[in-house]
Amino acid sequence: MSAPTYDLGKLHGGLRLQGHKTESTAMPIQQVPVPKMLAMPLTQHVGNPAQPVVAMGESVAKGQLIAASEGSLGAPVHASSSGTIVAIEPWPVSRRLGANAPCIVIECDGEDRAHPLPDLLPDFRELEPAELLRKILEGGIVGLGGAVFPTAQKLMQAATCDLRFLILNGVECEPYISCDDMLMRTYAREVLGGAQILMHALDLDLCYIGVESDKPQAIQRLGEEMAELADERIILKQVPTIYPSGGEDQLVQLVTNLEVPTGGLPSDVGCLVQNVGTATAIYDWIVGGQPLVSRITTVTGDGVSKPMNVLARIGTPIADIIKFAGGYTKQARQLIVGGPMTGKSVTTDRVPLVKATNCILVLAEAPSVGAEMPCIRCGNCADVCPVQLLPQQLFWYACADNEKQLRLHGLTDCIECGCCDLVCPSHIPLTADFRTAKARIQELADEKARAERARSRFEARNERLEKEHQERADELTRQKESAKQGGPEMIAEILKRKQQEKDDG
Amino acid sequence: MEFARKEAPFIAPNATVARMMLQVLLALVPAALAHVWYFGPGFLFNLLIATLFCIAGEALMVRARGRDPVIALTDYSALVTAALLAFALPSLTPWWVTATGALFSVVVAKHLYGGIGFNVFNPAMAGYVVILVAFPMEMNLWVAPSMGDLDYVDLGILQTLTYTLTGNLPPDLGFDAISRATPLDAMQSGLRNMQTYAEIRTNPMMGDFGGRGWEWIGNFFAIGGFWLLVQKIIRWQIPTGVFVGLLLPAGIMYLIDPGSNASPGFHLFSGATILCAFFIATDPVSAATSARGRLLYGLGIGVLIYVIRRWGAYADGVAFAVLLMNMAVPAIDLVTRPHIVGHAKGRLG
Repeated sequence: MSAPTYDLGKLHGGLRLQGHKTESTAMPIQQVPVPKMLAMPLTQHVGNPAQPVVAMGESVAKGQLIAASEGSLGAPVHASSSGTIVAIEPWPVSRRLGANAPCIVIECDGEDRAHPLPDLLPDFRELEPAELLRKILEGGIVGLGGAVFPTAQKLMQAATCDLRFLILNGVECEPYISCDDMLMRTYAREVLGGAQILMHALDLDLCYIGVESDKPQAIQRLGEEMAELADERIILKQVPTIYPSGGEDQLVQLVTNLEVPTGGLPSDVGCLVQNVGTATAIYDWIVGGQPLVSRITTVTGDGVSKPMNVLARIGTPIADIIKFAGGYTKQARQLIVGGPMTGKSVTTDRVPLVKATNCILVLAEAPSVGAEMPCIRCGNCADVCPVQLLPQQLFWYACADNEKQLRLHGLTDCIECGCCDLVCPSHIPLTADFRTAKARIQELADEKARAERARSRFEARNERLEKEHQERADELTRQKESAKQGGPEMIAEILKRKQQEKDDG
Repeated sequence: MEFARKEAPFIAPNATVARMMLQVLLALVPAALAHVWYFGPGFLFNLLIATLFCIAGEALMVRARGRDPVIALTDYSALVTAALLAFALPSLTPWWVTATGALFSVVVAKHLYGGIGFNVFNPAMAGYVVILVAFPMEMNLWVAPSMGDLDYVDLGILQTLTYTLTGNLPPDLGFDAISRATPLDAMQSGLRNMQTYAEIRTNPMMGDFGGRGWEWIGNFFAIGGFWLLVQKIIRWQIPTGVFVGLLLPAGIMYLIDPGSNASPGFHLFSGATILCAFFIATDPVSAATSARGRLLYGLGIGVLIYVIRRWGAYADGVAFAVLLMNMAVPAIDLVTRPHIVGHAKGRLG
C-alpha cells in the first residue's frame, strides 16, 4: 500500500473535539428501502432553482430528469425511484431561513424501475475535457461535503484558472459525521476513479487526497487501492484531527501552505477542492451512468437507537431513515441536519434527505449552560479561530453595528465554524451573532446599491426632462425664426393650423 | 415528531467566567498564606473588609441597574477585585480606607462604566490609587516583615484588629515603633540622597535581591501565576511583557551606572512587580486583547513601572502604570490586529 505523507502547512487554532464517530462506523453502510413517497426539492444546490420538466400524474423512473438546471448556476434533479408525480408544492426542508421550499413529490410504486441508461458510455479518457465537463453538468452533481455548489460550474470556473492541484477532501472533521469515512472504506476504488476523471477534465497531473488521522481504515483502504492502481499522480496526505481542518480553505492551507485570498476561491491559488463523495458521484455518473439520486449519510446521536451510515435515496423523508435506524430513543429532543458544529436544527422529521445531507443527528436535551454574560475579552475565541480573527472585537463591533470596523476586522472572512462559541466562558452565541451581522452588512450593501440605483434613475430623469425642455425651447425659437422670415402669410397660416388642431382636439 | 429550533453549534461550551475567577482566587492562596506569615494577620482583616464592601457595592449597583444580582455575584469577579486590592494594601490599614477603595473599585471603576466586561480601568488598581492619593499617611504604614533578626514587633491578632477597626495603636506603641519604609521607599530615597546602591544594600532590611522578607512574597505569586499559565487562564505575553519592560531598562541603567541605579533583581523582587505581572496586568477586560497587543501592553506597563520608580514621586508605580496602559488599550488593539488568513500581509487598515 502507499503510505500517506505528512508534510503539511499550518492551521491556526481549531479544536480537538470528541469525535463520537465509532458509534456509527461499527457496521457497514446499510441500504434504506424505497420509501412510500419522495420529496425532491428544486433547490438542493447553490444557485437558481431547477425547473420542473414533469407534469402532475406523470410516471417517472429512477434516474429520470424531473427538473432541469436553470441559468448559469444550477443543477438538475433526477427522480431517485420510480413512481408517480403527485404534487409540486412547498414542503418542509432544512434550511436556515424559512421552513418550506418547492418540491416535486413522487409517490413511489416500490418497483424502483430504472430509467434506461445511455446506450454507450464512452471511456472518459477519450472525451475532450470540455465535453466531459458538460456531461458532469447533466449528472445533477453538486458538492456533497455540504456546500452543494454545482460541481460542473465549479470545474468550469476552475478550468479558467491556472490550476496546479486537485485536492480531494476526505477530512470530515466535524464530530459525529462518518459518511465520508465509510465511503472511503467501502468505495476507495471509486474515489480514485473520480480523482482520475477530475484530473482528466482539468488537465491536471497532481491530486492530493486529504484524510484525517482518525480514519486509519480509510487510509489503509485508499492506500491499497492506490497501490493497485499505480497512478503516481495521486498522493495521500494525512492531516491532523483538528476541527475545522476539513473546511475548504483550511484544507488548502494544510495541504499546500497557501492562503486562499479573502473573498477568493481555492482556484486563485491553483487548487481545486472536491469532496471524496463528490468524486465518487462523478465516477458513478461518468462510468456507471448513474446520476446523483442517492447518497451516504450518517444517522447518529444519542437520540437514535442504532447509529449507522446509510445509503438513502435523495428525497427520502428523514423520519423514514430514522425509523430504519431503529427509531428515536427516549432522550431524542433535537433534530439536526448536518453536524453539531455547522448543522441546522429542524422542527419536523418530514424534511427530506437532500444532496447536502451528510448527517442526521438526533441529540438529547441541550444541557443548560447558564445565562449569557458580557464578554470579558479573555481571548479564548481568538486563540481557536482558524482564520485568525478577533471574535471578541467583532462581537463588540457587531453590538455597536459598526460596519466599518466589522469589515476591517474581517467579519466576512468568518467561516462560521463555531469554535469560538465552544470556548467562550460567557456563553455568547458568537457564530449566530456573526451570521446576523453578516446579513446586516449585506442588507446595508443592498440598501446602498438600491439608493445608488434610485439616485442614478433620478438623475437620468432630470437630465432627460432638461433635455426635452431644451429641445422644446429650441423648436419654439426655430419656429419663431422661420415665422419671422415667412412674413405675415406664414403667421396667419400657422395660427390657422393651430386653431384647426384645437378644434380637432 | 416535532423538535425545538436552535442555532449551531449544538455542542455546549465548557468554560465559565465563574470558574476562571475561582481559579484566579485559588492561585492567590499561596501568596496570601505567605503574606500572613511575613506581615501578620492584618492581611486577612483587609481581605475580609474589602470582600464585604466589594460584594455590597456589587449588589447595590446591580440592583440599581436592574440586573440579576445572582448572576452578577456568582461570577466571583468582585471577590477577585477585593483580593487584589487587599494584596496592595499595607497589612495595617484602617477599615474605612479599605472600604473606600473597595467601593470605588466596584461602584465607580466597574459599574459606572457598565459592569463586568465594560470597565476601561482595572477596578482594583483604580480603587487603590484613589486611597493612595486620599490617605497617604495610612497607606504608608507598612510593618516590618517577621524575619527574626529585625526589630520586628508582633502586634498579634487582637491589636491588629483594634487598629483596623479604630485606627488607634496600643498606647505604648507609636507608628514609628512598628512601621518601616518599604524597600522601594528606602532605595528611592537613598539613591536620591546620593547614597550608592551598594551602600543602601548594606542596610539590614535588604535581602538577597529586594527587601528581606518582602522578596519572598513574589515567589508565591509566581507559583500561582505559573499555575494560571498552565491552566491557560492567562497567557505568557503580558507577564513576559511586564518583566521585559521593567528589567530591560533597569538592566541597561544598572550597567551604565551601577552606583546610582538599583539592580534588575531588586526591581523584580520588590514592590508589586510579580503580583502585577501575573494577576493585575492580566485582567483581560482592561488589557489589550490580541497576542501582539498583550505583549505591547505588558511592555508598556513594565517600562512605566521603571520610569515611575526611577524618576517618579511614588516608590512603586504598578497601579499608575496599569491605569495608564488601560487608557492605551483601544489604540493598541487597533494597531496590533493579527493577520487575517487570506488577507495581504504586513499592512494595517
